[in-house]
Amino acid sequence: MAASSIPLEALEKSMVLAPVPAEHWLVIAPPVWCMLVGAILIMVRKRMGLQSWLSIPALGGLVLIDAALLAVVIREGPITMVMGRWLPPFGIAFTVDLTGALFNLACGIAALAGGIAALGDIDRTRRTYGFFPFLFLMVGGVSGAFLTGDIFNLYVWFEVLLISSFGLLILGSEREQLDGATKYAILNLIGTTLFLIAVGILYAVFGTLNMADIAAKAPTLGHDAPMMTLSLVFIAAFMMKAAAFPVNFWLPASYHTPRIVVAGLFAGLLTKVGVYALIRVMVMMFPEEGNAYSIVIGVVAVLTMLTGSLGAIAQSDIRRMLGYMVITGIGIILSGVALGAQTAISGALFYSLHSMIVMLALYLMAGIAGRMGGSFSLHELSGLYAKSPLFAALTLALFFSVSGLPPFSGFWPKAMLVKAAFDFGAWWQGAAILVSGLLTTIAATRAFALGWWRMPASGAVVPARMTAAELIPLAGLTLLSVGVGIYPEPLLALAQTAASGLLEPVAYLHSVFPSGVPTP
Amino acid sequence: MEGFMAVVVGIFFTVAIYLMLSQYIIRILLGVAILGNAVNMLLFVAGRVTREAPPIIGKGADMLPATAANPLPQALILTAIVISFSFFAFLLVLAYRAYQTLKTDDTHQMRLAEPEDAPPPPLGY
Repeated sequence: MAASSIPLEALEKSMVLAPVPAEHWLVIAPPVWCMLVGAILIMVRKRMGLQSWLSIPALGGLVLIDAALLAVVIREGPITMVMGRWLPPFGIAFTVDLTGALFNLACGIAALAGGIAALGDIDRTRRTYGFFPFLFLMVGGVSGAFLTGDIFNLYVWFEVLLISSFGLLILGSEREQLDGATKYAILNLIGTTLFLIAVGILYAVFGTLNMADIAAKAPTLGHDAPMMTLSLVFIAAFMMKAAAFPVNFWLPASYHTPRIVVAGLFAGLLTKVGVYALIRVMVMMFPEEGNAYSIVIGVVAVLTMLTGSLGAIAQSDIRRMLGYMVITGIGIILSGVALGAQTAISGALFYSLHSMIVMLALYLMAGIAGRMGGSFSLHELSGLYAKSPLFAALTLALFFSVSGLPPFSGFWPKAMLVKAAFDFGAWWQGAAILVSGLLTTIAATRAFALGWWRMPASGAVVPARMTAAELIPLAGLTLLSVGVGIYPEPLLALAQTAASGLLEPVAYLHSVFPSGVPTP
Repeated sequence: MEGFMAVVVGIFFTVAIYLMLSQYIIRILLGVAILGNAVNMLLFVAGRVTREAPPIIGKGADMLPATAANPLPQALILTAIVISFSFFAFLLVLAYRAYQTLKTDDTHQMRLAEPEDAPPPPLGY
């Protein structure tokens, strides 16, 4: 080591000298793996065959890494790794707790399913323009956001995933895509800039960017610090990313324009990053301000749910209907954040994981429906049940899951949230969840009645089959939703532990500062 | 010094928001560019403005003098400048491409993805 001239005692005060245990390298493995594979894929972009042969095993490897990380976190609690071995809060820390690890695994599964579906959905031209590299860079950005323990680093991951999502969104450069992408790009850039403004004010107040350090110092600040203003900027920024009520119009304007796999991945992953960041900041770092704003977040949640489900009813394009259903889901998660108790937060986490899987599956379903039926419009779509009963069965399961009917994965978190809402006297939020569930059921079952049950006017139906690249991801995700719905206990227990870890971040703080939080 | 800079940052934000409220993409983009600069200056002021000494540890010393400028905001701004520059470049190309294809930069007329006359879904079979 080059540090030979510096005495060991001085080094001990500034650096982590103990060797990093092998399994702790898993903390940074997901983003590093994605960046590495993405870079290799850019190098071999001219060789089409190699792209898919490399991508799908690499995505499988990502799921394994994510699962191993989750297993380590379940066994050991939150783990921290600091870049450059500098002691926190000076080195940039990656801290993974149960929440981050769960979101990360769901993101990996969604990426794998999306990658397989892309083999059928993304044509040769779009692959030449770099679909798979963009996919890996975006997934790397998303998992980096879930795993980092530094607020400025979180902003950098937001930008990484945003610029790759721009690339995915405009692949093909169709007229509608350019229109949707312009709105998506400008509004998301403004949202991320708001986040950066909040980070700047936060640094001015705290003088640190490490999340654990901030969480420990927040209660000691006193009343002089502009904490309420700061929190409001954070809330506004993350709600813009998550597409909550007054700032949600970019989502239905753009999500139906790219290829269906891209739309599905956006719907599953990107809005959830906003939700995750909101939970991390308002529940773990600033719980006091989060409680003070609970009415505001609750009202926004109710309005988001209702605009989402009413919007879904008013659409005749099934892709746009799904876009509004994403918004409904965001409202339901926000309602859990607003209620703030352990049961509500665990319901919100559970619903986020369910939504990541089911929204991707629904978009993949819409893509298959569009191919089989020749249109995405409910005016023309018909006879899909007669064409492929298996596809109709999977569709119905997904429609019930997104509406929150048992025995699918959407039921349990909604039941938890409704119960929490009535327990804490916020009956209006519980009622809104139930009403939005009813409206979503109406929208989904009407789409099923028109597109699947209705026979075409000509009366003739040609049977259609799903290709392997369509069937495997759709069936896999649907089975996951059914499995979680029938046997929810393991995930439920994990979500509850994760929620306790967010509300009482003792273990999180201990993982970053094993010998206590440093005092200035 | 911080007070004066805060006012300047406020003026930048005002101009940026005014431009971004426009209905023409080119003005919105100018607003986005100014917004990026406003945030960079905000980060700079957030680290407190000190001009006495550059943040360099002298020979024989093992920590910064107390009067040194704060190096961290400068690192943050450097990152933010690179990011906002690349995003702005992308947005310019995207806006130009959209203008070529859609023949307009008026957001009121950019309704291709969301047609105004989209029919409601059918009420029955």
